[in-house]
Amino acid sequence: MARGSVAVTTERCKGCGFCVEFCPTHVLALSSAFNRKGYHPPHMIEPDKCSGCNLCGMYCPDFAIFGFKTAETKPAAIPAATEAPAPSEAMEAKEV
Amino acid sequence: MSTLIEPTALTNPVERVLRNDRIPTIWCPGCGIGTTVNSFAYALMASGADLKKTAIVSGIGCSGRVSGYVQLDSFHTTHGRAIPFATGLKLANPELTVVVYSGDGDLTSIGGNHLIHAARRNMDLLVVCVNNMIYAMTGGQAAATTPGAATSTTTPYGSFEPELNIPQLVDAAGACYVARWTAFHVKQLEKSMTEALKKKGFRFIEVLSPCPTLYGRRNGYADGLAQMKEYKELAKVKNGAPTYEVAITTGKPIIVGKFVDRDRPDYLTLMRSQLGAHYHEIAEAGVGCGDDSEGKEGCCSC
Repeated sequence: MARGSVAVTTERCKGCGFCVEFCPTHVLALSSAFNRKGYHPPHMIEPDKCSGCNLCGMYCPDFAIFGFKTAETKPAAIPAATEAPAPSEAMEAKEV
Repeated sequence: MSTLIEPTALTNPVERVLRNDRIPTIWCPGCGIGTTVNSFAYALMASGADLKKTAIVSGIGCSGRVSGYVQLDSFHTTHGRAIPFATGLKLANPELTVVVYSGDGDLTSIGGNHLIHAARRNMDLLVVCVNNMIYAMTGGQAAATTPGAATSTTTPYGSFEPELNIPQLVDAAGACYVARWTAFHVKQLEKSMTEALKKKGFRFIEVLSPCPTLYGRRNGYADGLAQMKEYKELAKVKNGAPTYEVAITTGKPIIVGKFVDRDRPDYLTLMRSQLGAHYHEIAEAGVGCGDDSEGKEGCCSC
């Protein structure tokens, strides 16, 4: 069960691979898709493993990715979680 | 769960302290300066610093661009003169928290003398030195911090000058806080910056950062990531290590950590205590030379 997720602003990414290399649970990989500048932005290959630690966000030199905890881990917040957008939708929203 | 970010507000937390209209940055893919800015942004938020009363000053170079990307009062000064400018800023408005964010070439080569004397005076500044071991923006010439045997544009057969050990220099000059981290140690760097932001006196943090385009390419690193991996392998955390032992040598372990943390009265405290009652007279009279021999109307023409 994923405890967190990441959001990527693909157009800021320069494909350095820091987030992919230093993700503690190896959630990310560089995608085969290009952004407008020709770099390969990261995407989640194992979203279930994401703990939302935001280490990818700390490493990203271009402020293009960040991790966040999803509310499912907090039992009291289950009703609120229904209002939150699903991580996949959120990612799409950030991808221009 | 205190770090839970509201899922409805899906913006990068660091955007609160960045000028988002200036991004994407000019830095090369694989450059570590942006990573250090992340740590700085989180440290700014964690330290609870009043962003309206925090100013950032940087000199010339790749790291000098940081001031343009951070949503603070920013000053991009002339080459090497970031510390003198910050000193003036701090003296004119002692309420401000002044951060100098610049590169190794700017701070230790052309601005080396200013670094020594700001540390000696114990000016209340936080100096973040992003050390990429080369003059990157000007084309990759060997800098004072280029480690021995490293190849650069001006040293095609390898540098034969011993490199400058910056922590030892600022420690000897009297800095209150000296630490070194690499772009790989993001969490430690954030903690160190938070600690330093809350402290008074001259605080110096050196951050080693990959330079894939000009340093890495000539020294056997395929990209910035390769250099980051080497930091991960070679870095040894030794808090409180004597600063004379922490020089960077090619291929040898890189000693990182918090080396110095001491308390010493800073410049403004000393000035106020020494001037005593005169301090308020001078402060009320405005800026002047302090010579009131010519009468009470004013001093000389200054």
